[in-house]
Order: sequence, then structure tokens, then C-alpha cells
Amino acid sequence: MSAALDLLTIVAILAGLFFFLAGTVGLLRFPDPLSRLHALTKADNLGLGLIVVGLLPRAGGLLGVLKLVAVWFLVLLASATVAQLIAGAIRRKGSST
Amino acid sequence: MTVVNALDIGLAALVLALAAWTVAAREAFAAAVGYVAYGLLLSLVWVRLFAVDVALTEAAIGSGVTGVLLIRAAARLRGATPALDEPLAPPLRFLAGVLCAMVAGALAATVLLMPDPAPTLAPQAVGNLPSTGLGNAVTAVLISYRAFDTMLEKVVLVLAVVGVWSLAPDACWGGSPGAPRPARPEAALAFLAQVLPPLGIVVGIHIFWVGADEPGGAFQGGAILAAMWMITMMAGLTEAPPVSSTRLRLVLVSGPAVFLAIGLAGVVIAGGFLAYPSGSAKPLILFIEAFMTLTIAATLPMLVAGPPEQPPQP
Repeated sequence: MSAALDLLTIVAILAGLFFFLAGTVGLLRFPDPLSRLHALTKADNLGLGLIVVGLLPRAGGLLGVLKLVAVWFLVLLASATVAQLIAGAIRRKGSST
Repeated sequence: MTVVNALDIGLAALVLALAAWTVAAREAFAAAVGYVAYGLLLSLVWVRLFAVDVALTEAAIGSGVTGVLLIRAAARLRGATPALDEPLAPPLRFLAGVLCAMVAGALAATVLLMPDPAPTLAPQAVGNLPSTGLGNAVTAVLISYRAFDTMLEKVVLVLAVVGVWSLAPDACWGGSPGAPRPARPEAALAFLAQVLPPLGIVVGIHIFWVGADEPGGAFQGGAILAAMWMITMMAGLTEAPPVSSTRLRLVLVSGPAVFLAIGLAGVVIAGGFLAYPSGSAKPLILFIEAFMTLTIAATLPMLVAGPPEQPPQP
């Protein structure tokens, strides 16, 4: 049982790191601000989500699990809002010039 | 070298590189953003040093609230005349560089020449914990061992608000701080400002409450509550109360006032200014901390909102 949980942790965190890597490559390589913003959501949503899933077996109790999920939810909420705000600012700037 | 060691060295290098980048950034806004990221990395450093209380404060105050203040200042200065862009005269620049190098050198020498093991009061701080009834030595240091300093810090916060308010033009005195509410708030920000505060208020009060026994306390909890008020004001859902509001002023001074009143009562009851009677130290400390949390939660948004810019409503 614990070996299976360890395997889940390793696989999920590695997958999460892959999405962080992909998001960072996108941030560095994509040509325009909106695409770069789009690349970042991969890291925040999927990457962090997979890392949280990987850490769940090690959270030590239901309270720890809830805290980890709450952290993921708050980051999702904040990053989605900030992405909207930045995209809105880019659009306003683009339409004025 | 273990993996953890390598990660620590990488973190330290990242902090230094980001600090250098922030100093070198030419644009005020970019420098402010760099400073926020620097503060968040620094709070990770504090976690690695097992100073979770400091890490929470660094993330909430050092990076969060200070970051908001700096970004707002940068945004406000963007249209202003760049009077400071003229380079200093070369001798003056050289002198400033020498002064900075001397300060940095003195700090480095102090740290490097410290005896090993460094002198510490930690055993005494932990040894006297039972007399305060607290479980968190940091809170005991702040509210009991060096209560006088903490009280004066709160007075300084209130003085800072007085300083900001005194920048108000005469016609606007008594009005609300900041720009008037927009007719249509930005949808995404308004959504966040409606979803986040119920969670943030619970987390803020929780962090204040567990501060007695675990990392946390009035400053960190108050900063989270302050952030919730700031976000509703920034989203345009609420307006800051007018600076003439008696209720606002009472909240602003309540923390230092309660602290001072209990401190003076200590002269009569416990035989010393800011001394707590034995046995009831913990309830008194939590009572003071509750009002301090309230003061911090009101002071920080008032600092961010700035001086009154609207004439008072009749």
C-alpha cells in the first residue's frame, strides 16, 4: 500500500514538474503577451494541481489534505483573476494605439 | 553535498540575483514587481531557517503590503515629471557608492566575525514561557518580554496614517481617501473581491488565534484581514470611510490604547509598567492582540488608500 502511494507521489510530482517546465518554456519562447499568459496557466492549474495530488498521501491527516487542496484552490482563483486583469490591460493598450 | 544543501545554495543565489536585478531595474514599476518576488523568495529563506513567524511576516508585510504601496506609488509617479532622472554629479555618485559599500562591508563583517556559537537568549526565552502561558516563544518575546517596543510599533503605525492624511488638500479634509468609486467595477476583480474575503477573514482570524501557541500572531493575521479590505476597495465594491469617521478613528487607535491601558493597569496590579499579573497573562495577551489585529487590519488599508482626495459629503 505504502509503495503504491510512494509511486503515486513520484509520478504525480514528476508530471507536475513537467507542466511547470512546459509553462516556463512557453513564457520564454512565445511571441506575444497573450500567448505567454496562456502558457503560464499550464503551470498554475495543472502543474500545481498534480504536485498537490502527489503530496496528498504525505499530508498526514484530513486537515492537511484540506489545507493542500485549499492552497491549490486559492492559487487557481488568484492566477485566473490576475490573468484576466493582465489580458484586459493588454487589450485596452492594444486598442488605444 | 546533499540535495537539500544544493537547493539552499540555489535559493540564496536566486535571492541575491533578484536583489541585484531589482536595484538595477530602470523602471520604477519593474523594480517594485522585482521587490515583491524578492520578498516571497526571502520568506522561503526564513522557512529554511525554521523561522516560520518571520516568514509569514515577510510574505504578508514585507512582500505583500509594502509591494502594494510601492506599485501604487510607481503607478502614480508614472505621469509625473522625471525630476529625479537627472544623474547625480560624479563626485556625489562616487561618495554614495563608497557609503553603500561601507555599510554593506560593516554588516558583512558583523555577521562573519560573530563568535561560534552565536550569543543567544533563546534558552531564557523558552525557559520563561510557562510564566506567560503561551506556547509560541516569538509571541512571548513580542507581547511580554519586549512589550514596550511592540506597543511603540503600533503607535508608529497610527502616526504613519496621520502623516498620510496630513497630505490632504484643505478642500478634501474630512472626505474619503482615494479616488471615487468607478461606476462599473472590473468584472474579474469584483468576482475575486466577493469570493476571497469570506475565506481570508477566517484565515486571518485563525492565524491571529493560533499565534499564542504556533507560528502566527496579530501582525500576520491583521495583514491578511487588511488585504481583504484592500481588495474590496480596489475592486470598487466599497469605498474607504471618510477620515472624519469617529468609528474609523476609534478602530485605528484601539490597539495602542488598549495596550497602554493594560500597561498602566500593570503598574497598580502587577507592580510594573506593562507587567501582567501572574496567572492571567495569557488572556490579557490575547485581549491586547485582538485589538492590535483590529488596528493593523484598519491601518494598512488606510496607508494604501492614501490621503483624502474627495471633498466631504455634506
